[in-house]
Amino acid sequence: MNHALILPLLVPLFTGALLLFAHSLGRSSKRTLSLLATWSLVPLAIWLLVLADDGQLRVYALGSWQPPFGIVLMLDRLSALMLLVTAVLAGFAVLYACRGDDERGPNFHALYQFQLLGINGAFLTGDLFNLFVFFEILLISSYALLLHGHGQRRVRSGMHYVVLNLLGSSLFLIGVSMLYGLLGTLNMADLAARVSAADPADGPLLAAAGYLLLVVFALKGAILPLYFWLPRAYASATAPVAALFAIMTKVGLYAIVRVFTLIFGNEAGQLSHMVDAWLWPLALLTLGAAVVGALAARNLQVLLAYLVVVSVGTLLAGIALGSEAGLAAALYYLVHSTLIAGALFLLADLIARQRGDLGTDLITAPALQQPLLLGTLFFIGAISVAGLPPFSGFLGKLMLLRAIEPGAEAIALWAVVLVGGLGMLIALSRAGSLVFWRASALAQGHKADPVRLLATTGLLFGSLVLVAAAGPLQTFMQATAAQLLDLRPYLQIVQGGAA
Amino acid sequence: MEALFAITLGVMTASGVYLLLRARIFPVVMGLTLISYAVNLFIFSMGRLATGVPAVIGRSVEYGDPLPQALVLTAIVIGFAMTAFVVVLALRSIGELRTDHVDGQEPRQ
Repeated sequence: MNHALILPLLVPLFTGALLLFAHSLGRSSKRTLSLLATWSLVPLAIWLLVLADDGQLRVYALGSWQPPFGIVLMLDRLSALMLLVTAVLAGFAVLYACRGDDERGPNFHALYQFQLLGINGAFLTGDLFNLFVFFEILLISSYALLLHGHGQRRVRSGMHYVVLNLLGSSLFLIGVSMLYGLLGTLNMADLAARVSAADPADGPLLAAAGYLLLVVFALKGAILPLYFWLPRAYASATAPVAALFAIMTKVGLYAIVRVFTLIFGNEAGQLSHMVDAWLWPLALLTLGAAVVGALAARNLQVLLAYLVVVSVGTLLAGIALGSEAGLAAALYYLVHSTLIAGALFLLADLIARQRGDLGTDLITAPALQQPLLLGTLFFIGAISVAGLPPFSGFLGKLMLLRAIEPGAEAIALWAVVLVGGLGMLIALSRAGSLVFWRASALAQGHKADPVRLLATTGLLFGSLVLVAAAGPLQTFMQATAAQLLDLRPYLQIVQGGAA
Repeated sequence: MEALFAITLGVMTASGVYLLLRARIFPVVMGLTLISYAVNLFIFSMGRLATGVPAVIGRSVEYGDPLPQALVLTAIVIGFAMTAFVVVLALRSIGELRTDHVDGQEPRQ
């Protein structure tokens, strides 16, 4: 048993607890501690990724209780990939926060670490109830982080976010306990084995539990009709928090992939792939609605929040295809969209700081202090997120469009994705030309802080890395998708095989 | 017993949903609490309803399933913390926005 599997949970847990108790620590030592802990997750995640890339499934049984009786952590290629994306995003976001945003309220760094604990835990756990627990950890830290920095706007959007997610948690518990009542286990691999052997008479009840879980994950993942909380919440959060939240919708999508490829996957008999037929129209509708929202947005941050929803729709389309190529394309797009969305949220804050009181409202404002620098960054980010060559968004969309078999579905997907891309381009170029070209007065703001600039550029650079390493990455994504669809190693966990 | 239990859960959930839709903070908190009570009882019942069966092996021929009880305990703790958070947030919202509507503003007449 490899103890490194639990380190992505222990590092943020202990750092967070230490930061909470060590009130007397100075500002700079708190920042150093938080930066060190967050950045130490990057080499750790890379190491886990290299470990997982041999295609074996690694299981960490807490307290050496053998699955399915104990709680397990499970590392496969997908979990390792998600850990790495989280670590990179969180590293740059916390770097940005250390230049002043963390001082706008108490305990920012402790909350940030607990948020990371929840996210990492959700990606690593192999137990459905523990998924609930980690969801709650990441949610309660996200409530506090969303409200970080005070202000009426945050309280207003925070209320919706909290109440909706509390209701979601109740539904999650109902779904989980139904599965337990019917199958007598909560270990995901064991659930998969038992669903395939379940009494056909229990089928409708199992399906009901599965659909309840889908509703919960759709709420977290911001899928139509459950995304209305997202634009206001993301637009009112402080920039580093909004950047970190870019991974939060992906947690919901990750849970969809995990539950509906493993528990209700290929082996589930009549229930196998039961949600694909639902996910497909929902994905396209989410994409379309979000593009309309982006076109109507009158604030740069709201526009970016809608772009997050667009990425959710695109990703979900890949997942709904259910094929290996579709999943691989979705995973590539996931990495791209998370990094770029984070970068754009940070960039919007840099822009807002040079526009004075107007912030990110899309109205004519005094000129920026550094229009060329910020404009270039915005241009790169916008082109990448809209999916034009030569950046990663283009490659992601290309993989997705090529993953689908010719037919009616293909026509729908091509139309929605391409028209959606055009809509995004229009929305972004309108916002960009207003912010950078139409100025009412001479520049008066301060120049951008170099560290903040570094954090933003670092995330944007991720897009270039994704392009430069597109070949090996695509191979890796295909291996990941193949591993997800081949359930035999997972089922062996509970037979004492891989532990 | 099952029918009574199911009706109780149904009534609690329905009342909870009704209160939630009132869209004022106090009813919303009460509604969420009712729903979470109903959910906790539901988890508990997933270990099957029976009387006089201890959750310890060897004390009797039949024994209760201890796992749902552990799950309920976790769910209660988490639900309690979340309710406390909503109450604090509600106080902040009344202080800052001067309204107890969940939208942060009075609905237009």
